[in-house]
Amino acid sequence: MIRKAKHKTPRKTKAKVASKTINICHGTSCIEAGSGQLEVAFEAALRHKSLSADVKVRPGRCMGYCHVAPVLTIEPDGVTYGNVKLSDVERIIDKHVIGGKILKDLLVPAEPAYPSLQPLSRAGFFEKQVLIVMRNRGRIDPESIEDYIANDGYQALAKAVSEMEPEQVIDEVKRADLRGRGGAGFPTGLKWEICRRSKTSETKYIVCNADEGDPGAFMDRSLLESDPHAVVEGMILGAYAIGASHGFVYVREEYPIALERIVGAIEAARDYGLLGEGILGSDFSFDISVVRGAGAFVCGEETALMASIEGKDGRPRPRPPFPAERGLWGCPTNINNVETWANVPPIILKGGEWYASIGTAKSKGTKVFSLVGKVKNTGLIEVPMGTTLREIIYDIGGGVLRDRKLKAVQTGGPSGGCIPASLIDLPVDYEELSKAGSIMGSGGLIVMDEDTCMVDVARYFVRFLEEESCGKCTPCREGLTRMRQILDRIVEGKGKKGDIELLEALAKVVKDASLCGLGATAPNPVLSTLKYFRDEYEAHVYRKRCPAKVCKALIVYRVIPEKCTGCQRCVRACPVGAISGPRAQPHNLDQSLCIKCGACYEVCKFDAIAGDAIYVE
Amino acid sequence: MPKLDARKLLDLKESLKASKQAKPLIVVHMGTCGIASGAEEVLTYLLELVRESGDDIIIKTSGCAGLCSREPMITVKMPEKPPVKYCQIDRSKAKRIYAEHVKGGKPVREYAIGYGCEMLY
Repeated sequence: MIRKAKHKTPRKTKAKVASKTINICHGTSCIEAGSGQLEVAFEAALRHKSLSADVKVRPGRCMGYCHVAPVLTIEPDGVTYGNVKLSDVERIIDKHVIGGKILKDLLVPAEPAYPSLQPLSRAGFFEKQVLIVMRNRGRIDPESIEDYIANDGYQALAKAVSEMEPEQVIDEVKRADLRGRGGAGFPTGLKWEICRRSKTSETKYIVCNADEGDPGAFMDRSLLESDPHAVVEGMILGAYAIGASHGFVYVREEYPIALERIVGAIEAARDYGLLGEGILGSDFSFDISVVRGAGAFVCGEETALMASIEGKDGRPRPRPPFPAERGLWGCPTNINNVETWANVPPIILKGGEWYASIGTAKSKGTKVFSLVGKVKNTGLIEVPMGTTLREIIYDIGGGVLRDRKLKAVQTGGPSGGCIPASLIDLPVDYEELSKAGSIMGSGGLIVMDEDTCMVDVARYFVRFLEEESCGKCTPCREGLTRMRQILDRIVEGKGKKGDIELLEALAKVVKDASLCGLGATAPNPVLSTLKYFRDEYEAHVYRKRCPAKVCKALIVYRVIPEKCTGCQRCVRACPVGAISGPRAQPHNLDQSLCIKCGACYEVCKFDAIAGDAIYVE
Repeated sequence: MPKLDARKLLDLKESLKASKQAKPLIVVHMGTCGIASGAEEVLTYLLELVRESGDDIIIKTSGCAGLCSREPMITVKMPEKPPVKYCQIDRSKAKRIYAEHVKGGKPVREYAIGYGCEMLY
């Protein structure tokens, strides 16, 4: 038997090192100073030296050494190096990681720059946010194209037109697995590809949908206000990929600052040759115009939006044909939301793989939310997909206002639904939200506390949509009106047996039979509150009670004489003089004058005034 | 305006980035939220302060810093120091920050949210 000589692999001289982590700061200053390239260089060098198993490279949080950016910290040694250049990578590994020596010339003093303050990365609101879309927020002057260019602006465009074929741009977006941020979450790369391949006509258009109409939502407005060039660059990249010659930004007239800044950004880009004929010296030409919408909610629906751009009534039409086949003036048209467009430049610059490494299995990247309602910190936030509602409300939002109990979170605006507090650990992505009976929508997130009546909330949204319905199709026009009438009845204490069932049945018909997205999603607030808060509906209908003490017809304010000390606080607070009584004696509350504003209930220190619906019976 | 190509764009970026911050910088965040809560007044006041004192300070405007409920916000960035974000600024707070932080180098703890940068991917 012949024994085969074992093939001996040449052994690399592998230094023995203790396991370490190199945290490379991902703060905006450090990224700007090149920490991304440092990360790549460290990984390559460690691989080359066969140290990848022992030494890990991780993104680090900003610790406030922004003035010596880029910064990295080696753990567990707790040593921080600043002003690190690519040429320092080798010696940091050789001398520090392997040799255990500290490089004095790069060492950053351990004491913080401002000992009396906390780093922003540990300051509640900012701690869990990581930015892609809003990468330039609050840093650049949105009215200065030079500021945008200084922060890698239009570099993705330069890369695309000089190094990439249009199909490669589409492939990159597909690899990123970017999904539409307008709400439905359709894969953006696929959408672009369908439009590119469309043979309906040679002329193609793209549209940026900035017709943001959800109550309490302001993502699009804020993005256009703080970084309009990100949207412009994203659109030019999309046009290059699709082969479009002209683009439209559809913004509502009631966003004057956003309008001013996007118009200014387009003009500045044109001046620099980033829009117009022969962009960046290539043979690709493209231009953008801004169309001002009059503020109809239905114009956020793509076919209605296109009709509005064409100068017609903003009303939807049946699909198919989809805009990718027959859009503006019958030509293939691709419509994406503001946030979707703003996601494109970083994807092209850093690659789809990088983008796809962030987020959950089916929802990649980050999502911008406008966090509003009964929450301490309201504002615009950007978090990786998969962040839980708890993290959003308590860590970023700082918790419920006045430390009340959380009742529900409304996501997705009028098309979305209410998620009960019991599902607070839900990771936020497209799939999880729709499983819970809501939608991602464009990113409105309204926090509701225990003082919110869910029937009243449902009625608010149905009324909003009833007013905004264009009236073209019957299920939406008539169905929403009937639904609102039933809800009115319920909150007025006139609900009768069978109303809840009728409401539910109607909601399902409107959902199934409406022509466009407005009607098809309009019943969501009703259906989701019926799913999770049916007992509240039942309390209104059968017991004529409003558990949250909101619906005025179902509550009566009365003084509890045993508790009233006669302090007269409520007498002063009552705007209609319904409360009377001398000091130190239980007060009288005249029900015929009471307007049920609740002012007395708010000021009473002795729980002497009860908003007690049982009294109605 | 010279039309750019890829090369010139890169050169422009490098030349814009090359200069290191030499003067104190105050950024006033002017999104709709900031303006609605009084950012314009803060900006006008800061410009007045600079004009009257003749100090060599850069005042810049930017968009919303994110925390809309605590607007108006400003960011103060001194040379060789990390930026500091301040919230709910009015004239009197702006005056104190100007005197103590911008001129004196010591941040005003009561009005500050924190120092350093936001995180990027």
